[in-house]
Amino acid sequence: MRLEVDIASKTFRNAAGEQHDVLAGINFALGAGELGVFVGPSGCGKSTMLRILVGLDHDYRGHVSRPADARIGMVFQEPRLLPWRSVEENVRLAAPLADEAKLSALFAALELTAHRNHFPGELSLGLARRVALARAFAIEPDILILDEPLASLDDALAAHLRDQIGALVDTRSVTTLLVTHDIDDAVRLGDRLFFLSPRPAKVIAAVPIRTPRAARSDAEISAIKADLARLNLANM
Amino acid sequence: MLRLLSFIVFLATWWIATLLAGAASLPPPPTVLAVIIAEARSGALFLNLGATLARVALAFVLAMTLGAAIGYLMGRVRLADRLGDPWLILLLNLPALVVIVLAYIWAGLTEVAAIAAIAINKLPTAVVTLREGTRALDAALDEMATVFAIPRGKAFRHVILPQLAPYIAAAARSGLSLVWKIVLVAELLGRPNGVGFEIGVAFQLFDIPLLLAYSLTFAGVVLIIETVLVQPFEARLSRWRPRAA
Repeated sequence: MRLEVDIASKTFRNAAGEQHDVLAGINFALGAGELGVFVGPSGCGKSTMLRILVGLDHDYRGHVSRPADARIGMVFQEPRLLPWRSVEENVRLAAPLADEAKLSALFAALELTAHRNHFPGELSLGLARRVALARAFAIEPDILILDEPLASLDDALAAHLRDQIGALVDTRSVTTLLVTHDIDDAVRLGDRLFFLSPRPAKVIAAVPIRTPRAARSDAEISAIKADLARLNLANM
Repeated sequence: MLRLLSFIVFLATWWIATLLAGAASLPPPPTVLAVIIAEARSGALFLNLGATLARVALAFVLAMTLGAAIGYLMGRVRLADRLGDPWLILLLNLPALVVIVLAYIWAGLTEVAAIAAIAINKLPTAVVTLREGTRALDAALDEMATVFAIPRGKAFRHVILPQLAPYIAAAARSGLSLVWKIVLVAELLGRPNGVGFEIGVAFQLFDIPLLLAYSLTFAGVVLIIETVLVQPFEARLSRWRPRAA
């Protein structure tokens, strides 16, 4: 599934009637199985960009092309689970066709098996984020959108979840788009990194990483990070 | 156990009040019980209770269905809200008596008029409650349903309706108590049967035991319906919520 994005501009009108430019030139394409990471300062318009990509916002100038029948799995910044449905029911609502074997494997991979019958109100934020991931993976998406899925988690858990995301993306070869603040996450997961300017956001650099993510050593990751730091692309 | 205790306290208070006020103005419990039994034996009690309950059920269902639909529409569509709002304010503040009398004048002393009048009295509170509920819907969950391409009907049932459930329960609860109160007035003014009609008769004959017999049986039925139907329903709707300490 190829995702081609060319957003020329997006403006907002606030309550006082003033116009604000949010996006000013987002231009990229991702092929099947590619994981693109977007890094940019807080409030630069990353979430606005994602809303346009998934079709929640149609009020912009430009063009987004994705196959009309593409299944989209999304992990929002907040888990957005239905509190009145159990973990499993939440996943099944989005993915009614998922069979038991695949769901079990997915729950096992995300270490959610013990929590299948819990309600979201009984889960910690880390667990709820994993349920949101499970829901996005369960529909076997063609395009996967991850909006800071690891924010506000402790380091160990974030690292663990990051590895799980990488493994799941590799096994299913999904076109994936990850938004993050964390340069470490970006370098460990991404096939291509896109750096965004402060608002109004535009892509100021696209950096490919050729080594497959599973084969990246700590030394290599440090080297890439050092290179990026020299480029001084974003305020990292 | 506590309920039984409070019932005993009620009976004791009643009996003491009888001793103080005199049996003529407040007959003691056994006298009233005898009337209840006599009315039950003749079948009149069940006929009248049945007629009242049927009116309550019909008016309640009618007002809840219509009120929920209108409330949802007004909560979702700005135009509907602006068009409907003056009507809503008018209906909310219109005395029940006016609606009932006008209904009987315009539609005759018929069953349709009675049920419509009761339903119209309850309708605006259901609309207001459901409108608030609809306004409070979580847009984030709507977006989730859109992105995951959950079909509309399914999303309404599993994403929207559970969010509205507490409001529906609140509208049902307040609406039911309103209907219980108004149905008797409607019967008193223009129906040839029902608890309200019997109370009207008792009032004209100054038959206090008969008046109490019907009032208390009616109150008993309301209590039973509230505990057996309404409360378990509410508990079921909110079973996913963490329990209050």
